[in-house]
Amino acid sequence: MPDRPAAVAHDHFAHQFESLEHQKEVSLLGMWVFLVTEILFFGGLFLTYTVYRHWYPAAFAAASHEMIVWAGTLNTVVLITSSLTMALAVNAAQEGQRRTLMMFLIATMVLGCVFLGVKAFEYYTEYVERHVPGPGFQFEAEYASQAQIFFSLYFMMTGLHALHMIIGLGIMAVMLWLAWRGTITAEYASPIEISGLYWHFVDIVWIFLFPLLYLVGRHVH
Amino acid sequence: MSTDHAASRRSYYTVFLVLLVCTFLTWQVAYFDLGPLNTLVALGIAIFKATLVVLIFMHARSSPRLTWIVIIAGLFWLGILLVLTASDYLTRTWI
Repeated sequence: MPDRPAAVAHDHFAHQFESLEHQKEVSLLGMWVFLVTEILFFGGLFLTYTVYRHWYPAAFAAASHEMIVWAGTLNTVVLITSSLTMALAVNAAQEGQRRTLMMFLIATMVLGCVFLGVKAFEYYTEYVERHVPGPGFQFEAEYASQAQIFFSLYFMMTGLHALHMIIGLGIMAVMLWLAWRGTITAEYASPIEISGLYWHFVDIVWIFLFPLLYLVGRHVH
Repeated sequence: MSTDHAASRRSYYTVFLVLLVCTFLTWQVAYFDLGPLNTLVALGIAIFKATLVVLIFMHARSSPRLTWIVIIAGLFWLGILLVLTASDYLTRTWI
């Protein structure tokens, strides 16, 4: 195609688009559509939580009181900070600053690992305290079976969230490799922007999980 | 372009600080007995935080209108999921 404008003759430009800008808008829109399916995916769990908490408010308050609040608060701060470093990574990518981009991607990955480490510590503590649903589950007799529902939801919701974090770390590793290879430039920063959308979404899920799982009925005890 | 990016960076730091303050508030307010308001305040702060992340960190504010339609459609369907189910489960005790 000899009459293609110079700006469009880019290694990663796909021929069906009018311009790189058009290509970027379409790929970002695709990610937003995926995130909508994710909203509904997590929405089902939040809905189940709402119904059971409405039925067993006292048991949910008692079970939530067993959560390690400092760990949940610390992890909220860690994830918010990782969202900042992710936003700054996207910013650096758009400016074509390769070293800054790589630095912020690494910072985001380190914070993601800290989050998962704290989460693993919490899971271990809950395992030792016999709060994992199943035959070994122990809780004050009055609420035992209902608290088990809370802990089932807790492990499903935070587990699914943690799985998203692990996938996010994988995506960031690929992005780091692309940045290192020099594939990411100011003109072609959309892989970083799309990964950023995913990372921020996972942060938003935690913003809702934190008060709903860790802070129910704190004032009662 | 680079001044645009510098302005974005400043807004990221501002949003980050607001998010930290909101996290502190959510955490502290949970220890006060506000009755049913405890949950509403916690969810209100969470929705505010999520809105900031979507608008600034995820650039929704400066995104094409088509992106807005997708976001609003997603929230609308989430609304259907929550409201229709809640209209059954949360009203069973009313009879």
